[in-house]
Amino acid sequence: MAKLIRMDSTGHSTLAEWRAGDPAAEEAAIAAFRTQLDQGYIGVVSQGAGHAAQVDDLPLEADLVIMRRPIAGG
Amino acid sequence: MSPAEPRAASGVPEASAGPGAELPELAAVRWRPRATARSVAARGRIWTLWSLAHTVPFLGTAALLLFLEPWSAPVALAAVAHAWIIPELYAARGAAVVRPKGARHERSEPVAQGLLGDLLGHEERDLQRETGLALEAGALGVWLVGEAGALLVDPGGRRVHCFCVRVPDPDLPPSDRIAHLLLALRTDEAGFATVANHAFAGAPWRVRRRLTARARPGLAAGLLRADRRS
Repeated sequence: MAKLIRMDSTGHSTLAEWRAGDPAAEEAAIAAFRTQLDQGYIGVVSQGAGHAAQVDDLPLEADLVIMRRPIAGG
Repeated sequence: MSPAEPRAASGVPEASAGPGAELPELAAVRWRPRATARSVAARGRIWTLWSLAHTVPFLGTAALLLFLEPWSAPVALAAVAHAWIIPELYAARGAAVVRPKGARHERSEPVAQGLLGDLLGHEERDLQRETGLALEAGALGVWLVGEAGALLVDPGGRRVHCFCVRVPDPDLPPSDRIAHLLLALRTDEAGFATVANHAFAGAPWRVRRRLTARARPGLAAGLLRADRRS
């Protein structure tokens, strides 16, 4: 089961879960992903130690997509 | 590594982002040139010269005073103290970037810690739990990511750079703040070093003295990793 999560004040919240071949769940996940982008979040897929990819569209083949807030110099 | 890949002077690959992988946060700092291994090393050299510029005149004054009038020893001592204290103050400012800051959010922190742990390897996870710093080896050196800043141990471990960078959301638990920085760093290391504010660079011993006792083993692990990679 693939997951879309958002890092937030609760630690993290699961926004959507989907399985390949379940169009309704995939559509719901895509909609949730777009809503987060509209709210200023950035989509990231961790690719193991040292690597992560920023994504502008929900990669349905990914196991875990994480939404993060923008960072800034302190 | 392919021959086409650029190499820094230190022999490690230049930090780069793949196509479309630039941090969007760079839009907020368009005037800054993108960080490279060369530019980070240059900043380190500038900090060394800056420290010398604050130290040598005071030490010279102290020596001259003692030479001209041994009774001026108290004034000479004050000059030596200045030569010591000024670089220490800069180092303290630098080390402060990885001090824990803000609310601890005890209820949500275990959830955030679980996610951060999933992002780290076994060794790095243990180190983060022990020291509060997430170790990440990059092309610019070895990073130690804290809640509101990061240390970068340069290749060879001769210098430690202190970067002030954070996610501006005080409601996030500490581990989530680290995970935000870690994911941004992994997405675009050079972009991360560009967005972050460079607070200090200096010898590891100078930074270590100003770290909390909890964080010191983190720097030691970073130095060890940097030494292994050089």
